Amino acid sequence: MKRLENCTALADYRKECQAARDPERTMIAVCTGTGCQAHGCDKIVDGLRRELDAAGLGDKVEVKTTGCHGYCEKGPLAVIRPEGILYQRVKEKHVAEIISKTIAKGEVIDKLLYFDPERKERVKLEKDVPFYGLQERLVFGDNGYIDPTSIEDYLAIGGYQALEKVLGGLSPEAVLDEIKKSELRGRGGGGFPTGRKWESAKAAAGESKYVICNADEGDPGAYMDRSLLEGNPHAIIEGMLIGAYTIGADQGYVYVRNEYPQAVKNLGIAIESARALGLLGDNILGSGFSFDLHISKGGGAFVCGESSALIASIEGEVGEPRAKHIHMAESGLWGKPTVLNNVETWANVPLIIKRGADWYKGIGSAGGRGTKIFSLVGKVRNTGLVEVPMGVSLRKIIFEIGGGIPKGRSFKAVQTGGPSGGCIPASELNAPVDFDELTRLGSMMGSGGMIVMDDQTCMVDVAKYFIGFLKEESCGKCTTCREGLRRMYEILDKITKGEGTLADLELLEEMAPVIQQASMCGLGKTAPNPVLSTLRWFRDEYLAHINDKVCPAGVCQALSKGDEK
Amino acid sequence: MSAEKLSQEVAALYDNNPAHLIAMLQEIQKRNKNRYLPRPELEALAAVLQIPVSKVYRIATFFKAFNLEPKGEHMISLCLGTACHVRGADRVLEAMAGELGIANGGTTADLKFSLETVNCVGACALGPVAVIDEEYYGELEPEKVPELLQQFR
Repeated sequence: MKRLENCTALADYRKECQAARDPERTMIAVCTGTGCQAHGCDKIVDGLRRELDAAGLGDKVEVKTTGCHGYCEKGPLAVIRPEGILYQRVKEKHVAEIISKTIAKGEVIDKLLYFDPERKERVKLEKDVPFYGLQERLVFGDNGYIDPTSIEDYLAIGGYQALEKVLGGLSPEAVLDEIKKSELRGRGGGGFPTGRKWESAKAAAGESKYVICNADEGDPGAYMDRSLLEGNPHAIIEGMLIGAYTIGADQGYVYVRNEYPQAVKNLGIAIESARALGLLGDNILGSGFSFDLHISKGGGAFVCGESSALIASIEGEVGEPRAKHIHMAESGLWGKPTVLNNVETWANVPLIIKRGADWYKGIGSAGGRGTKIFSLVGKVRNTGLVEVPMGVSLRKIIFEIGGGIPKGRSFKAVQTGGPSGGCIPASELNAPVDFDELTRLGSMMGSGGMIVMDDQTCMVDVAKYFIGFLKEESCGKCTTCREGLRRMYEILDKITKGEGTLADLELLEEMAPVIQQASMCGLGKTAPNPVLSTLRWFRDEYLAHINDKVCPAGVCQALSKGDEK
Repeated sequence: MSAEKLSQEVAALYDNNPAHLIAMLQEIQKRNKNRYLPRPELEALAAVLQIPVSKVYRIATFFKAFNLEPKGEHMISLCLGTACHVRGADRVLEAMAGELGIANGGTTADLKFSLETVNCVGACALGPVAVIDEEYYGELEPEKVPELLQQFR
């Protein structure tokens, strides 16, 4: 690969990459995200290539191994482009037929198409399937078109155009203004305005500064960050480059869970190829700006998603949070000014620069601009990753895109915001999903996990599950978090065994604010949420466990089920 | 390879810089046949990096990814993430523990199987799901467990 010396060379190389790709050429894009890998997509890729060669079509048709398409429920997925025919639940035995019929003769194989249960008909094109049609996939949509290990693929879809614009003549101040104007807020949990974070770090004195990408996605039931990192790593690299240029950082780290081997691998390849082109390293595109990026692999601790614990872990220390009176923007990694943003936040940055803050602000609502990717899982028909503009209602996400509740059961609650988020009941389904609204409902945006629960889910058991999780993951530094969560867990355990009393509920409500107020980091401050939100919306269920010794959902094994009594 | 030689080799990969302690421990564990960190290795690494053994031990016990006991030939990681939990992963765990005769986190006496639970493997559409030797097994039910484990015996 040749090193690109300036912005013109980058633009020329992009044109070269685009010219090398005939948009009319048939391409079979096979999802090889972790979900589809679990369904055995590797064998399908091998099979397709083998059959194409056997049919003498090896040169005419390309099999592209892409990142996650998002519709995990229907995997393995294969999309035949440019038409955009979606084949779902593809098995090895279907491979020969796909080549001999669809590729060779243009015949559509009916049984592999998505069946729409509402309209009672098969849907041919990916864009017409309600799961996709109702989304707005600005950040995540590119996943289905590119091979994440190919920087040329990323360039061909307009990649590194934002970097080109920035290094080609935008001052750091101008970039900062644009990000501030876009009202972009952090996608990792807190929802802090990204522009303000950058501004403080930019203003902080210091020769060396750092940017960090938080890819320590530890929320159970959330995997959008992994899918972005696996499927489109260059978007994150480009976002970090722009952030580093703005604040004046020369080094960056991506802190990624060791449990995500595919993401680590694809990101590593992406960094290497960006270095080879001179998009990372010294004097990038002849601009005088130098920046390099490193991967730091986490050791599996939920608390390391907390920014100061994450930094401690990069420094080779145990991942315990630090007091927040010193701001990371002034003294972060190794005591230097540091900006830390989540994967999805970084991936939004190139979009804003490329298309402008005014365009970006037009998407979403006042409570949150742009789109958000949600991981829609649990008791829902269409499990998968869903990207929608902020402000869309929970009902639209769960019932229209998600297809509602399977097996004829009824909706009970949706849990958002990760383990320390809250459960939202059916009465609030019309609420728009944005940062402020979810907080008002006693939950939070978090990183975007959305776990749907039906009438067979016991809310006391759910609260116990989350408190059990958080009790294990508490680093133990603050007494209120370490001891308080254990006591909460014991009380919840008692209630699920039918040994609870009304005084226990009072005690839970008394302990919650103490844990919230006297714990140092975000983990402890939000940890009582699952108890508080279930007590707020589902107090009846607690009372049934305590007064009637009944678990209405029939989950708690020590108790009888309501209707059997 | 002796503990000293292994530690020197791994530390050298990271310029003997103690800031990369977590990565070094990951590497040592990866190279160990039973995927754990034996005490001599921890002591040798501390000596190479010229840091107290207590610091190495503190890191090795803080992060979940590290094992201080040998692990079995087949590693079963059962997902207890929220999506799997609401689909009944607890009962699958009971069935696995019962079938293997070990508790969660345990290893069978013949070093054939280790059983652990993990927080989310990000294959929520398949839940309840287990990862056995890096392969995914989805839509598990307690009744399917004996047959599933039989193929590894």
